[in-house]
Amino acid sequence: MNFLPPNLAPAYPEIFLLIMVCVLLLVDLMVGEKMRYVTYLLAQIALFGCALITFTTSVPEVVYTFSGMFVDDALADVLKLMVYITVSMFLVYSHKYLAMRGLFSGEFFSLVLFATLGMMVMISASNFLILYLGLELLSLSLYAMVALRRDSVVATEAAMKFFILGALSSGFLLYGMSLVYGVTGALDITRVTEVIQSGVVDSTVLVVGLVFIIAGISFKLSVAPFHMWVPDVYQGAPTAVVLFIGSAPKLAAFGFVMRLLVEGMGGMVADWQGMLIILTILSMAVGNLAAIAQTNIKRMLAYSTISHMGFMLLGIISADGNGYSSSMFYIVVYVIMTLGTFGMLMLLSHEEFEAERLDDFKGLNRRNPWYAFITLLLMFSLAGIPPTVGFYAKLSVLQAVLGAGYIWLAVVAVLFSLIGAFYYLRIVKLMYFDEPESDAPISPHGDVELLISVNGLAVIVFGIFPQTLMTLCVYAIQRPI
Amino acid sequence: MSFPEISFYFFATVLVLSALGVITSRNPVHSALLLVLAFFTSAGLWLMLGAEFLAITLVLVYVGAVMVLFLFVVMMLDINLDSLREGFWKWFPFGAFLGLVMAAEVSMVLMNKSFGVNQLPVPPLHAADYSNTKELGRLIYTEYVYAFELAAVILLVAMVAAIALTLRRRSGRKFLDPAQQVAVKRKDRVRIVSMPSEKKE
Repeated sequence: MNFLPPNLAPAYPEIFLLIMVCVLLLVDLMVGEKMRYVTYLLAQIALFGCALITFTTSVPEVVYTFSGMFVDDALADVLKLMVYITVSMFLVYSHKYLAMRGLFSGEFFSLVLFATLGMMVMISASNFLILYLGLELLSLSLYAMVALRRDSVVATEAAMKFFILGALSSGFLLYGMSLVYGVTGALDITRVTEVIQSGVVDSTVLVVGLVFIIAGISFKLSVAPFHMWVPDVYQGAPTAVVLFIGSAPKLAAFGFVMRLLVEGMGGMVADWQGMLIILTILSMAVGNLAAIAQTNIKRMLAYSTISHMGFMLLGIISADGNGYSSSMFYIVVYVIMTLGTFGMLMLLSHEEFEAERLDDFKGLNRRNPWYAFITLLLMFSLAGIPPTVGFYAKLSVLQAVLGAGYIWLAVVAVLFSLIGAFYYLRIVKLMYFDEPESDAPISPHGDVELLISVNGLAVIVFGIFPQTLMTLCVYAIQRPI
Repeated sequence: MSFPEISFYFFATVLVLSALGVITSRNPVHSALLLVLAFFTSAGLWLMLGAEFLAITLVLVYVGAVMVLFLFVVMMLDINLDSLREGFWKWFPFGAFLGLVMAAEVSMVLMNKSFGVNQLPVPPLHAADYSNTKELGRLIYTEYVYAFELAAVILLVAMVAAIALTLRRRSGRKFLDPAQQVAVKRKDRVRIVSMPSEKKE
């Protein structure tokens, strides 16, 4: 009955964040409506503190704690730092938008931080149970955030769809995990890997479990054919919440895939490669073809997410260190572009007006040439046109797929990204060659204007010097192995 | 058949039948009550597995608290069954087809020899003084303490979310402020209008 207390040091960022959320909840009770920005600042401080702790306590070796349930390695550190930066940028972009819509409340910020905690838990989980709990922590916060605008019928409908489908997919995931547990007798990822590699277990049951796990993951990654919720949620939820759903959780989902499929079920590469190929092709097809027909830009970006996630999976399919790091690069680039695009949408919205139709971009060049230029950069990057970083991201996953010998898959991917270029370029056309529908001035706020400029320029700077970001991804993936 | 086998099949049959009843019953109150029965019989199954603590918790928490609350909600909501069943027969052939395909697929997997009782090791028998509750408590507070804490955080999120979603000012609500009501003056309510008297034609 000897039990040693766990080594808490690797989990300091999580512990700090949890304490800060509780502090934030209490402080929010004390401050009045006028002083609400105190809560906002507190949230930013919490994220900054986490980043500081993660950065300073980062050690080169892999550390396990909490009876092997928690792992702290290079992948975890890099992904967590990126999550902090993304969430912090999201807060800067959205605070004005939230204030205008009565969502600037303590609950919103605490839910954001709880979701961040869930992502951190997922990223450094080394146990099926913890992966699931982290995912639930994230998803529950997201459901609540989508539903937070109670008086809006579309938001409630979106939250309902998101919740029911999300609960169903969690059920799938859990069922798959329980089958794997039933066969291997272990929940611990390192142990599961050992058992699978020893080859003594029945592979039929494992494959059945894997099918359910992949279905659950695909839902969370918003990959076709498990994508039905994405357009509705993107359209119905407030733009700020959509920005949140579309950005940081994708990083966590990548960590989830790495832990579960690559580390846990690594012995079954041949089985999941085939499944992922089908998912990739479907997502690229559905995403790019359906996006063309959309007139609502949020719906269009939802389909664009689906196709980008399909692209990201290409790197995972190639199943080697190179492929994983190019997938990670793709995800990071995708998050940067999403932040910029939705940040721009929120900038164009003001009280009583929601920028969400394609026509709202008409003649943006006349209204504000600088914002039009940034949007142009972002659209070029989403379409994958050089010299933006989106091109390099697509190039690196395609290289990985070619390296793995799937030439036909690379050809299909290129064809679909060609089709996809149409609807990104349509926005550029609307901005530069059409007459503006309204002359309402765009009221920039100092911090947002600065951030969106940095964000837009990052797309081109990383496009010209992709090596810095790539080195970081390669470091994260190859260090632990 | 030995006594454990008889009781297993008894519990299992009741469980499956009551679960079927939950989804086929026309009356939502009956569904909720059948769900109580399903929980109760699965508690019986858990008890046979030697998980006394979980079995009793299932009865206390789910049967005792959650389902009773659920029954209240079902009774208060006054669900219109006819509107729920609208379009049932229109979609029935399609649904039945999908159901059959799924049943065939599931049976193809489950009829495989990889699944079955003989594939599982016999669970170890414990000594008479073995306490399931104590063992569970020891594990939760030592090895699984991280998972336990996370579950607690999830409950906290649920609480924050529930309060944030329900505690709000409804627009268009009829509401009287008693202070204003008391302070009302005659001139606020009655307006004396002078009108010229009209003559009958």
